[in-house]
Amino acid sequence: MRLEPKMQDPLSRIRNFEEVSLGFTEEEAILEAKRCRLCGICVKGCPVNIDIPGFIKEIQEKNFRESIDIIRKYSVLPAVCGRVCPVENQCESQCIYNKKGEAINIGALERYVADLISEKPEISIDENGKSVGIVGSGPAGLTAAFELRKAGFTVTVYEALHKPGGVLRYGIPNFRLPDSIVDKEINYLLSMGVNFKLNFLVRKTIFLKELLNLHDGLLLATGAGLPGQLNIPGENGGQVFLANEFLTRMNLMHAYEFPKYHTPIRIPKKAVVIGGGNVAMDCARVARRLGAEVILAYRREEKDMPARRDERIHAKEEGVQFFTLTNPSEIILDEKGLVKGIKLEKMKIIGIDEKGRNKIEGTAQYFDVDCDMVIVAIGQRPNKIIQENSEGLVFDDHGLIKVDENLRSSNPKIWAAGDIVTGAATVILAMGEAKKASANMIKSLLN
Amino acid sequence: MIVKKDKIADNTYSIWFYHPEICNHFMAGQFLILMVTENGERIPLTIADIDKNNSLVRIIFQVVGYTTKLLSELNVNDSIYSVLGPLGNALKLPENTKKVLLVGGGVGVAPLYPKIKEISIHLKLTADVVIGARNINLFILTDEIEKIANKLYLFTDDGSSGHKGLVTDGIKKAIEDNGNYDICIAIGPLIMMKVVVELNKSLNLPTYVSLNPIMLDGTGMCGGCRFLYDNEVKFVCVDGPIFDGFKVNFDDLMKKNAQYKEYECKLNS
Ligand SMILES: Cc1cc2nc3c(=O)[nH]c(=O)nc-3n(C[C@H](O)[C@H](O)[C@H](O)COP(=O)(O)OP(=O)(O)OC[C@H]3O[C@@H](n4cnc5c(N)ncnc54)[C@H](O)[C@@H]3O)c2cc1C
Ligand SMILES: Cc1cc2nc3c(=O)[nH]c(=O)nc-3n(C[C@H](O)[C@H](O)[C@H](O)COP(=O)(O)OP(=O)(O)OC[C@H]3O[C@@H](n4cnc5c(N)ncnc54)[C@H](O)[C@@H]3O)c2cc1C
Ligand code: SF4
Ligand code: SF4
Ligand code: FES
Repeated sequence: MRLEPKMQDPLSRIRNFEEVSLGFTEEEAILEAKRCRLCGICVKGCPVNIDIPGFIKEIQEKNFRESIDIIRKYSVLPAVCGRVCPVENQCESQCIYNKKGEAINIGALERYVADLISEKPEISIDENGKSVGIVGSGPAGLTAAFELRKAGFTVTVYEALHKPGGVLRYGIPNFRLPDSIVDKEINYLLSMGVNFKLNFLVRKTIFLKELLNLHDGLLLATGAGLPGQLNIPGENGGQVFLANEFLTRMNLMHAYEFPKYHTPIRIPKKAVVIGGGNVAMDCARVARRLGAEVILAYRREEKDMPARRDERIHAKEEGVQFFTLTNPSEIILDEKGLVKGIKLEKMKIIGIDEKGRNKIEGTAQYFDVDCDMVIVAIGQRPNKIIQENSEGLVFDDHGLIKVDENLRSSNPKIWAAGDIVTGAATVILAMGEAKKASANMIKSLLN
Repeated sequence: MIVKKDKIADNTYSIWFYHPEICNHFMAGQFLILMVTENGERIPLTIADIDKNNSLVRIIFQVVGYTTKLLSELNVNDSIYSVLGPLGNALKLPENTKKVLLVGGGVGVAPLYPKIKEISIHLKLTADVVIGARNINLFILTDEIEKIANKLYLFTDDGSSGHKGLVTDGIKKAIEDNGNYDICIAIGPLIMMKVVVELNKSLNLPTYVSLNPIMLDGTGMCGGCRFLYDNEVKFVCVDGPIFDGFKVNFDDLMKKNAQYKEYECKLNS
């Protein structure tokens, strides 16, 4: 039987921002590892091809240090990925036990060894005399910083916000990924001599042209930070948040610790969250922790939701109500311009689309739900600021940077990786891309 | 690091701090976002002036709530926890502009000052200025503006200084004295910009306003500063902060800016 780590009980966890999953104990980790047949079929499901049977075998034998060393050959952020990878679509989906619903808990095992042995090997660096600039400090930027520093480059990471980490910091809440885990990763990079320039908005605080003069090569890893909008009446009203504002207030600015932290949030009594992805689940669960009654409205069925399985389950355990096959048509505001309700349209299924999801259409049947906060979490696109066609960069219609198979842009000194290339994706995909880009940068810049 | 700090009027302070990157990239019209402490709020302030030779940046601000109060308590040699900038876009005037009327009210005078300087000193155009305040004690920067403006009109609600009346009376007076203007730039509380825009619409005087919504990141990431502009959603931090006043829906913005009022009160008490 598949083992799940112990969780904080739903009733107590909705009153705190502590981690929900408590992680495996040694005994549990070994027990779960021993179920693995070490066949290696799952490896193709991991975007960076971690030697999964390799690291699990070491856990079976209690060689935890060896286990994490194997993982670190492939991933620089195992404590992060072990927590946030959508394993049911990635590695675990390929596990031979998956058909029976008993895939090995690869994510939890990865997290176990990463947390257990959190101090990292000291790396001796042979300086190569060249310098690179990385724009953005999300998973893609951090991974590239590691790879390029290891190869001997002077590395400077430019980040617009006052704390590094990208979505890991401002988006994913503490109860899924504690700040302390992100801090540890950053401290490791600092100890390797990576420079971080915070409060640097590239194209405003410093221009691309100047960066090109300062560095031998540049990697753009600016993510997809621009939240999607519904374009329905009332959407610009008070207490209507786009997901990023709500999450940034709460996660980066700690509004839930107001007034110790000075950024306020109005405590909602009843919040309606629109969407069905990770972002929507995070918003719903954060709002729940503010004490609100929370409804999550999604236009298709639950099985179509792009969110990680665990997030969906946890959200429901925590009392988030799912209203599926409903689509917002208007946000109702009071005379002060604040939200007082939302009009939802019932949807119906009319077939299956090419991705295997339900195809839906409106029924023209509407119902109203009273609420005092609406959070719109329906997808992310690249920010506007980076999207200027200059210095030879070319963007597609979605604002994504065009790159070749080596992730090099049309300017030979600029590479790009992560969500700015793929559109909103996953942490480990962004890291995989960043590794590929770094490898190509190393090859090109050292020749 | 702060190198100079002055109280320039009731509740109004001027601070100069060292920041070479902002100095090297600044264009008139831009702003910055700062945090006073690590636990602090991110607040936007206009870049009021720069001293390129010494890499100094000036902000002028009015104490209205907790963060501006904390900022006012910093002294020379203190550091501001974080400063991000310059943000937003430069002021761009329509071609063939020769004569500009600049209107400031209350704390809007601070963000107006760099625009007067740009128009009068750098672009060498005619810059007439109307400033309104509730009473004489609330005027800020008048000496500095006097030096660079072509003409300066001061209006107070109570007549304690200059002319008695509102800034809209000032606009009428300026036009009476000097004839028509090519463009008007108005910065102040939303309600002031709203009435100025209403008047100028009737006078057919194109009007720019600089908006001041509540902001968070200032990089176009959160959407908190969004508003409806000519039926299109714009982000003040990356699309503005200066907009064609005729297309702004002020009523919506005013409601939105009041969202956190009761909470900020909690911090102050
Ligand atoms: C709320 C939320 C929950 C998620 N949950 C999961 C999950 O559970 N599992 C999973 O695998 N994926 C999840 N994702 C997706 C995942 O986080 C992203 O795919 C990943 O973070 C992309 O990494 P990145 O490095 O490309 O960009 P980001 O993490 O977006 O980082 C980009 C960084 O660049 C900075 N930046 C942008 N423009 C500039 C500029 N001009 N100058 C300087 N800096 C700039 C930004 O401030 C940001 O810090 C989630 C995303 C969100 C928003
Ligand atoms: C682009 C831009 C440029 C600005 N330039 C200047 C400037 O040069 N000098 C200056 O003194 N102020 C300026 N402001 C306004 C300044 O940001 C606010 O006064 C400040 O955020 C208030 O912070 P606080 O914590 O002290 O007050 P709070 O306690 O946060 O608020 C006090 C009161 O002010 C309201 N308020 C909060 N934030 C804002 C805001 N951003 N704009 C308007 N009202 C707000 C609140 O609703 C409340 O009623 C600018 C704002 C923007 C968006
Ligand atoms: S990095 Fe993610 S996908 Fe790869 S093995 Fe670990 S949990 Fe699975
Ligand atoms: S597919 Fe499953 S059983 Fe096989 S190695 Fe991977 S985790 Fe172990
Ligand atoms: S302040 Fe966040 S998008 Fe403008």
